[in-house]
Amino acid sequence: MKKTLLSFVLAAAGLLMAGTTIAQTIPMNHTLYKAFGERAGLVSLMDDFMTRLLADPRTRPHFLPANQQHVKEQLVEQFCALASGPCVYQGADMKTAHAELDIRKSDFHALVEVLQRSMDAQGIPFSRQNQMLALLAPMHRDAITIR
Amino acid sequence: MNSRLAFALLAACASLLGGANARADTGKLLLTGGVSTVEGTAGGGLTPWAVVGSNATEGEVGASAYLTTVGTRDYGLNIYGAAIGIHDRYELSIAQQDFNTRDTGTALGLPGLHLKQSIFGAKVRMLGDAVLDSDTLMPQVAVGVQFKQLGATGLDATLEALGAKRHGTDFYVSATKLLLGRGLLLNGTLRATKANQNGLLGFGATLGGDESSYRLQPELSVAYLLSKNIAVGTEYRFMRNRLETAGRAAGLGNGLRSSDWKDVFIAWAPNKNVSLTLAWVDLGVIVPATTGSRRQTGYYLSAQAAF
Repeated sequence: MKKTLLSFVLAAAGLLMAGTTIAQTIPMNHTLYKAFGERAGLVSLMDDFMTRLLADPRTRPHFLPANQQHVKEQLVEQFCALASGPCVYQGADMKTAHAELDIRKSDFHALVEVLQRSMDAQGIPFSRQNQMLALLAPMHRDAITIR
Repeated sequence: MNSRLAFALLAACASLLGGANARADTGKLLLTGGVSTVEGTAGGGLTPWAVVGSNATEGEVGASAYLTTVGTRDYGLNIYGAAIGIHDRYELSIAQQDFNTRDTGTALGLPGLHLKQSIFGAKVRMLGDAVLDSDTLMPQVAVGVQFKQLGATGLDATLEALGAKRHGTDFYVSATKLLLGRGLLLNGTLRATKANQNGLLGFGATLGGDESSYRLQPELSVAYLLSKNIAVGTEYRFMRNRLETAGRAAGLGNGLRSSDWKDVFIAWAPNKNVSLTLAWVDLGVIVPATTGSRRQTGYYLSAQAAF
């Protein structure tokens, strides 16, 4: 009886944590754009991001031949739109954008790590970073071309 | 296969892979390979998760090795093991458990008794991605098996008298989900087992009644990412009280009953290759007959290296 009660309490605690954070998600998303410093913050983030992508030996081969300024601008629009900012992303969809490239899952993870380092450098709180990553992560299905 | 030989082979594979892998940073994101459970599989400290061990992601092979020490009020448990992760889909693991029975061994006329169990595990990820499928509630699901062999000791005659075997196989299915936006990891495992105290007191029992069929036991974990490097969490592992009936038939009253295992942990990964886990554990009562029915609470400390 006691152990059933304890397990129920533990499960309820877990669900409650999930539930309260889920309930907080909707208003939180409207402030995600603010948390990233709005447009100026996103431009600063992508400048730093591209620098790190070119410096990291795992991602450098993919970004060196790219039109880096164009990619940065597209990333700003994309992140702005995802963070419920006043933007509409009109760039290429993920499938088209990556179709001609050799992207493995390890490449995807490498990019996420570099992005995390950039977000750290911008002083973006961990929870906000994860909210943005949660919006970006499903893109792995289209971005990864070699499985 | 001799467990020492198997362990040596797996450890050799692990070190070869580690040496061959020139990059310090490999495929998985920090902490998403889980840590090593007391049985060697990747997961929490007590419970296997659906994640595949090591840092290897798709198309890669990785390895991990670990040392764990547990100290409770009346017992000690030391574990070492290794695992190989293949393409983030298959996991092979090996663990050697050394359970120091201390006063209980003495009370049984076996001073200095150490119960040693070898566990060979295999796990297959069936579907899902615990981390990246963040737009769905679909978890990562894996099925696994653990072959457990309890070494021969002076306790053999007692186990035989209770009708407990010294080897057994656990089967389990795990579903793991990281609610990425919330930094919250949830795991549910359903295990089919005959083990008594994880296998340390044999498998099943026949004295006084048949307790030798498979039973389903649920295991739950909840973990919260405090930062990129630190996770805290709790686990609850239901245990079937198999030996109580046999103990009663042997005149020990409820002296062989058992209770569930649980812990509260904090895991720290300073980088992708090292993680340390500290936990407060409660392994319930273990042979309460000789331990004054004290709950076996204490510490759990584990260090894991992964590539």
